[in-house]
Amino acid sequence: MVIDWGLGIENLPILLRGAKITIQFTVVSVFLGSILGLFFALGRMSRIPILKYFCVGYIDFFRGTPLLVQILLIYVGVPHLFGFTMPDNYQYIAGYIALSLNCAAYTAEIFRSGIQSIDPGQMEAARSLGMTQYQAMRYIILPQAFKVVVPPLGNEFIAMLKDSSLLAFIAIEDLLYSGKIIVGRTFQPMPIYLTVALIYLFMTMALSLLVNYTERRLGKSD
Amino acid sequence: MIKVKNLHKSFGRLEVLKGINIHIKEQEVVVVIGASGSGKSTFLRCLNKLEDITSGEIIIDGISLNSDANVNLIRREVGMVFQRFNLFPHMTALENVTLAPQIVRKASKKEALEIGLELMNKVGLADKINEYPRRLSGGQQQRVAIARALAMKPKVMLFDEPTSALDPEMVGEVLAVMRDLAREGMTMVVVTHEMGFAREVGDRLVFIDDGVVAEEGDPVEVFNNPKNPRTQAFLSKIL
Ligand SMILES: Nc1ncnc2c1ncn2[C@@H]1O[C@H](COP(=O)(O)OP(=O)(O)OP(=O)(O)O)[C@@H](O)[C@H]1O
Ligand SMILES: [Mg+2]
Repeated sequence: MVIDWGLGIENLPILLRGAKITIQFTVVSVFLGSILGLFFALGRMSRIPILKYFCVGYIDFFRGTPLLVQILLIYVGVPHLFGFTMPDNYQYIAGYIALSLNCAAYTAEIFRSGIQSIDPGQMEAARSLGMTQYQAMRYIILPQAFKVVVPPLGNEFIAMLKDSSLLAFIAIEDLLYSGKIIVGRTFQPMPIYLTVALIYLFMTMALSLLVNYTERRLGKSD
Repeated sequence: MIKVKNLHKSFGRLEVLKGINIHIKEQEVVVVIGASGSGKSTFLRCLNKLEDITSGEIIIDGISLNSDANVNLIRREVGMVFQRFNLFPHMTALENVTLAPQIVRKASKKEALEIGLELMNKVGLADKINEYPRRLSGGQQQRVAIARALAMKPKVMLFDEPTSALDPEMVGEVLAVMRDLAREGMTMVVVTHEMGFAREVGDRLVFIDDGVVAEEGDPVEVFNNPKNPRTQAFLSKIL
């Protein structure tokens, strides 16, 4: 069989539509995951044992198991456990939930190390002025930690973009899944998957440029 | 103003403070000296509850510091100045000073600004209000830190070796601010090895040794003729 290199270009519109879905899942999951992750980070550093160990357990579970297994647990496992029939399009909900929960575990560790990298003297100074724990976090620690966490958060964003390709496994029409369908139709894996790979590469490189730029901007402001 | 009764503080098995008793009157300036590791910082930190005490009692301005006391209530009456300044690096000098009055004392922005400008002026940094801490010298940073603590209008000021992280030529400017403060009648507890300051400004010198007050009295008196042999040994090393 002759390899038809032109197929990649020909199918670009379909692949780009898939890429849009990939971006959509990544952005939403990183956004929700970061918010959730901040709470898990604070919970993990809390002095309340139940809260602390719940957060430790959560973070360890989601970092220590494969994302694909997590996706299947939520997509197939949860409906089965609670005995509800999957509504139409449940795979999208499951996809968002799985990616967000997974991302939260990673960002929690990023926030935690960011917060812990701030000199303890900052917390003491804030507390000695009569600020509550919450005020000290809100006005003193988090604004400083934020600068520290931008680069690792950017890396997590990039990792998420790539890992979201696992959603193809539950038939979400992301970039990879769109490629798979075209391959099934044309039997031309090389041109198609290579195009898919290049689109992923383009997106991750654009992201890392953005991260570098933000990093430099933040570096300048202080 | 401050009453400390039989204060004990342990970190795990290590007992650092072994029964400190001290009364500090309003407007009194108490200078605390002692060897490294003798518990001076720990003592100060207990006074504004940065450390929980193991046993004993601390009463500040009539409020007991024992566990259920409202910590933040006490902390706003007790200002603290640290060896390493601990200014907030993401805020300008003026913002460092005006933040706590607004969010802790609920002062309006205008009030806080007035207090802030007045204090920055008082510590001689009216021209540096918009600088970030990293652009200030050590001495200037420490003066901002003093202004920041004063902005809460505390009744007591604690100083933990405020000049020992400074280059020698900057020590004077910080001590001058502290001297003014003492003259205005602020109650102060100062851990320092600046003996000139202790002699001139201190009303009382307290020598802490191995977690207890080994000797106390009028600074000049203690310097000139220390009674405790441990005090003698310590003073002969630093004077
Ligand atoms: N958070 C802590 N946990 C455990 N041990 C501590 C802690 N803080 C202080 N210590 C110990 O308590 C002892 C007294 O410390 P402290 O800082 O009060 O001494 P200091 O008199 O201020 O000394 P220096 O002159 O070096 O500042 C030291 O042995 C120190 O190691
Ligand atoms: Mg000390």
